[in-house]
Amino acid sequence: MSGNGGTTTTPDTTSTANGTEPTMTDGTIATVPAEATPAAPPAGYRLEGVTKQYQQKGRAVTALKGVDLVIGAGEHIAVQGQTGGGKSTLLQMLGALDRPTSGRIALGDAEISHAKDGELTKLRAERIGFVFQNFNLIPTLSAQENVEAALAPLGVPAEERRNRAAAALASVGLADRGAHLPAELSGGQQQRVAIARAIVKNPAVLLADEPTGALDEETRDEIMALLERLRDERGLTLIVVTHDSAVAKRADRRLYIKAGVVTER
Amino acid sequence: MFTTFLRRELAGRRRQTVIIALGTALAIALVILVNSVSTGVKDAQASVLESVYGVGTDLTVTGAPAEPGQGGGPGRFEFGADQGETTDDGSTEVSTSRLTTGFSTSTFEDSAIDTVLGVDGVSAASGYLELTNTTFDGELPDFSQMQQGEQQTGGGGTTGGGQQPPTGGFDGAGGSAFDVNSFSVIGLDPGAATAGPLSAVSLTDGRAFESGDTGTDVAILDASYATTAELAVGDTIDVGGSDFEVVGIVESTSADAETAANVYIPLDVAQTLSGNEGLISTLSVSAGSAADIDAIQAGIEAALPDLTVSTQADLAANVSGSLGSASTLISSLGLWLSIAVLVAAFLIAILLTVQSVSRRTREFGTLKAIGWRNRRIVGQVAGESLVQGLIGGVVGLALGLIGILVVNLVSPTLGGTTGGSGFDFGGQGGGGQTGGQGGDAGQMMGGGGGPFGQAGGGSTTTEVVLHAPITPSVILLAIGIAVLGGLLAGAIGGWRASRLRPAEALRSLA
Repeated sequence: MSGNGGTTTTPDTTSTANGTEPTMTDGTIATVPAEATPAAPPAGYRLEGVTKQYQQKGRAVTALKGVDLVIGAGEHIAVQGQTGGGKSTLLQMLGALDRPTSGRIALGDAEISHAKDGELTKLRAERIGFVFQNFNLIPTLSAQENVEAALAPLGVPAEERRNRAAAALASVGLADRGAHLPAELSGGQQQRVAIARAIVKNPAVLLADEPTGALDEETRDEIMALLERLRDERGLTLIVVTHDSAVAKRADRRLYIKAGVVTER
Repeated sequence: MFTTFLRRELAGRRRQTVIIALGTALAIALVILVNSVSTGVKDAQASVLESVYGVGTDLTVTGAPAEPGQGGGPGRFEFGADQGETTDDGSTEVSTSRLTTGFSTSTFEDSAIDTVLGVDGVSAASGYLELTNTTFDGELPDFSQMQQGEQQTGGGGTTGGGQQPPTGGFDGAGGSAFDVNSFSVIGLDPGAATAGPLSAVSLTDGRAFESGDTGTDVAILDASYATTAELAVGDTIDVGGSDFEVVGIVESTSADAETAANVYIPLDVAQTLSGNEGLISTLSVSAGSAADIDAIQAGIEAALPDLTVSTQADLAANVSGSLGSASTLISSLGLWLSIAVLVAAFLIAILLTVQSVSRRTREFGTLKAIGWRNRRIVGQVAGESLVQGLIGGVVGLALGLIGILVVNLVSPTLGGTTGGSGFDFGGQGGGGQTGGQGGDAGQMMGGGGGPFGQAGGGSTTTEVVLHAPITPSVILLAIGIAVLGGLLAGAIGGWRASRLRPAEALRSLA
């Protein structure tokens, strides 16, 4: 558990997959060829006394208050909490988008709290995949190109980039939708493209912000099943921020954040 | 990925691309057109100056402008009692011509040539004398009959009979008629044609002056004047009362421009006939190097303090008429209009780019979140702006070239008047009753004008067709502006994008 008391929240489970590449052939979701997607080393998080303060309208706002948290490699974590409680800030810290005001955050052996901007960018490019509530696809790029965009900063050659993007799209069941623009796809399909973009670089961690918030129940279940399957296949650490209890219940652990303090349910 | 993204963005945001490209295109087209027309006007000015002062003339030396009444002019035409020929009806036909300097033309000693040649940096100097030949042709009535009539009236009272009305004259009732025609004459050294008015002409018939022509009554005519006056090589022309043999016909090397004068004669003969022995009115000076012109000007001014030394730039500033107006228009309105449109186009491009970056905050935030470095995003924005600018450049170049083509098809004619700060009341029309040769307005207005045209103003008007040239510099200018506009918009837009913090850009997170 966490919070002001400094109690460390530890994982109940350990990684479920360690670099193996399980295959799935259920008709809609294809297998990503192992040679095109080398396994990423699994990694978990360690947070020690993480505090984040903002200046808002001239006064200091403490968004996170001394959070101590350990998330094991390959864990599936759900984060819940009221709006303004600190979920956004916590996800930004875990996603190496920002640094804590004090305390330490490490992703595997990579220190986030004191890393330079370039190091954080590299960490995000190589090891962290993001899935957003509104998909955040580039509207002018096709599905295939959106997925390829995640490989651009890694310097992957064009042909390999195309192959890996096609394989990632196939793995989320959109092998035949690569040429479509986001606007030509349904919400569920767009989220699948976003998931393909997140996993194409074989990250260690998948951070999902309300990944089903804009979807109907049926599609929600499909997306969650996909995320869990990918996590199982790739040994991903999956952290899902959600308001939906049905989504949260699927996680290995459920964290609740309120007024910057993290507790485990 | 860069080119794919760039292509998709430009195609996907077509309206913005079109607006930015079109704004840039219009600005570039205007700048190209103004630049080209400006070059055309400068060429026209140079053409006018060349026709007047000659090729290679870097400076001219002239006397201080004459005060009214102190200059030349046709003076008085005098006829002796036994001059003229009496016709059958008793009228007397008289004809006489005078060779004089213009009203405002001032002369100076030709020893100034040697003085100027002694100034450091001067490579050649040639002096010449600008004159006007005015011919008075008239028909006088039979004065003897008039006098008899007066005597009868005076002696016999107002009602006396036997009175005879005057006869003769152009109307047969004692009237008089006069034609006053004039043409411009330049007297120059036949052996020194390397500088001066005849250095900007080409010989179309006959021969050029030779050293042996000094002291002889030979003349070279301007081609336009020769056509108008129906004169050819071998004919004679009356200049200052002497018959000159026409030995050559010349025309300006500049298209559509006239030469500096209608008639060219040896300097010493001109000086004698006009009563200006040892005097010249203008000195053409060639500099050894363009870099020395200022120093030469200062040197001549020091050596000849009473004379006026003008550079080509000074002379160009004195080109008036529609050519001068065009020059002023281009240099003032055209320039500022170009700058205003250019600034507006750049501002539009910058604002739209910045607006686009703001609109794409989530997009750039997402790209940063998935590991795109700042420089990649800045490069993307700058690349898009640059291509938009280049599209505008290509379109603008095409529009500009079309504009230049239209100008050249229309071929506006500009009249440039050089020199002559004095009077100019001769106008285009010919003098006297019929206008004579001076009535050929538009051919050589100053030279062929009435008795007070050339002589009074001391100016030369030349008409040139404006040709807007297409030069490599115009194309480079278009590309340069396009790249500059694109880079400027891209740099500012990219800078804005680079300042976006991914965490702030992704407010949708949790």
